[in-house]
Amino acid sequence: MAKIKVENLNLWYGGFQALININAAFEDRKITAIIGPSGCGKSTMLRVFNRMNDLIEGVRTGGEIFIDGENILNNGVGLEKLRKKVGMVFQRPNPFPLSIYENIVFGEKIHAERVKKDRLGQIIEESLKAVLLWDDLKDKLHKPALGLSLEQKQRLCIARLIAVKPEIVLMDEPCSALDPQATARIEELMRELKNNYTIIIVTHNMQQAARVSDEAGFMLLGELIEFGRTEDIFTRPKDKRTEDYITGRYG
Amino acid sequence: MERHFDEELKELHKEILKMGVITQEAIYKSIEALKNRDKKQAEDLIGADNKIDELELEIDERCIDLIARHQPMAGDLRFITTGMKINAELERIADLAVDICQRSLELSDKPLLKPLIDIPKLAALAQGMVGLSIDAFVNRDVTLAKNVVLSDKQADALRNLIQDELVNDYLAKDPSMASRAVSLLLISRHLERICDHATNIAEDIIYMVEGRVVKHHPEELI
Repeated sequence: MAKIKVENLNLWYGGFQALININAAFEDRKITAIIGPSGCGKSTMLRVFNRMNDLIEGVRTGGEIFIDGENILNNGVGLEKLRKKVGMVFQRPNPFPLSIYENIVFGEKIHAERVKKDRLGQIIEESLKAVLLWDDLKDKLHKPALGLSLEQKQRLCIARLIAVKPEIVLMDEPCSALDPQATARIEELMRELKNNYTIIIVTHNMQQAARVSDEAGFMLLGELIEFGRTEDIFTRPKDKRTEDYITGRYG
Repeated sequence: MERHFDEELKELHKEILKMGVITQEAIYKSIEALKNRDKKQAEDLIGADNKIDELELEIDERCIDLIARHQPMAGDLRFITTGMKINAELERIADLAVDICQRSLELSDKPLLKPLIDIPKLAALAQGMVGLSIDAFVNRDVTLAKNVVLSDKQADALRNLIQDELVNDYLAKDPSMASRAVSLLLISRHLERICDHATNIAEDIIYMVEGRVVKHHPEELI
């Protein structure tokens, strides 16, 4: 079932059109990868799903994006609620300069009016277990998060995200700062997470897209050229532009 | 954009073509040895098979190396994986040419059971199918590949005809003819298997060019 449905989506940064008439459906509890060369609009596309682009001056959006049937581009949509439901992981892990504990409960403290301490303890344990950090960090919860390794920081950011119980996780190049081993472990984590979340990942790493995703879309100059099952996109793409890009002939 | 990888793929293409040419030659020589009752030619061909085996291993290694170093996708991936399969099919065809030579040697000191009529017909069909499948590979020609696949029924029918004749007219009638009849029966079987391998190559080429799987899906051929 489609969790997100995009219909005739267009987006302009001032006079520049960054997304051109995009139509796509993102399945629930699947990993969808968006690939394409730099500047093709893939990160812009990712950011429309929690309306992060609203923060940029001069952005105009047309078309519709339905999440669970609700058009999130409508004026009346509560952004706080939307961003709780649609969380994001970035290229560089960006934990707050606080303790591990404070990082994870941060969202819960903002979103909930009053939180009991033992409830927070439960959130910490569940979130860290979900990203497989609990065993390593359970005795160091009050140590600064900035002291963790890059991979641990990225895991912590994912834990911080899932602590507020989102339904959709957007990942923008989540492994580009990590070494191959850490990348492999984050990919394993993604496979675990997809049992509970709809995941959309933007990546430059074609092998990563091929390894982790169930579905994939190829973007070029603001257009979604091809969208389909990952195995089809990477073994028998229909469009020559997709073929040229994934076989390194583009450019 | 021309890639360095394209040069390596061209080299692989050349090697597979070379394997195809050597295999075609092996079938031709095995049939000639049979028709002319030429023991030397049969023995020479049996002795030369290890060269084809070596080339098969070389091509296999090249394919694995390309996959490991380039992690190919899409058309490149289909070309390399199909290349590996075609390589294996060609090696099996060359083995069958050797089998035909062995049957020829079995027959060479014995009087001719009957003039060879249908076996050369089946041999010509097998040679033609292998030749066309290699042409289809070189020219990425799906129509030609389809024709090869469709010819396989003809090969089966001809093999059945030969088999019926040998069993009914010779094997069942006179035990003294049994061993020669069995050798000819096996030759028809070897030739029919060559046609099967050519069919496999043709099916692989359709996948390589169009990404469509027609193997075990005859309806996809239309």
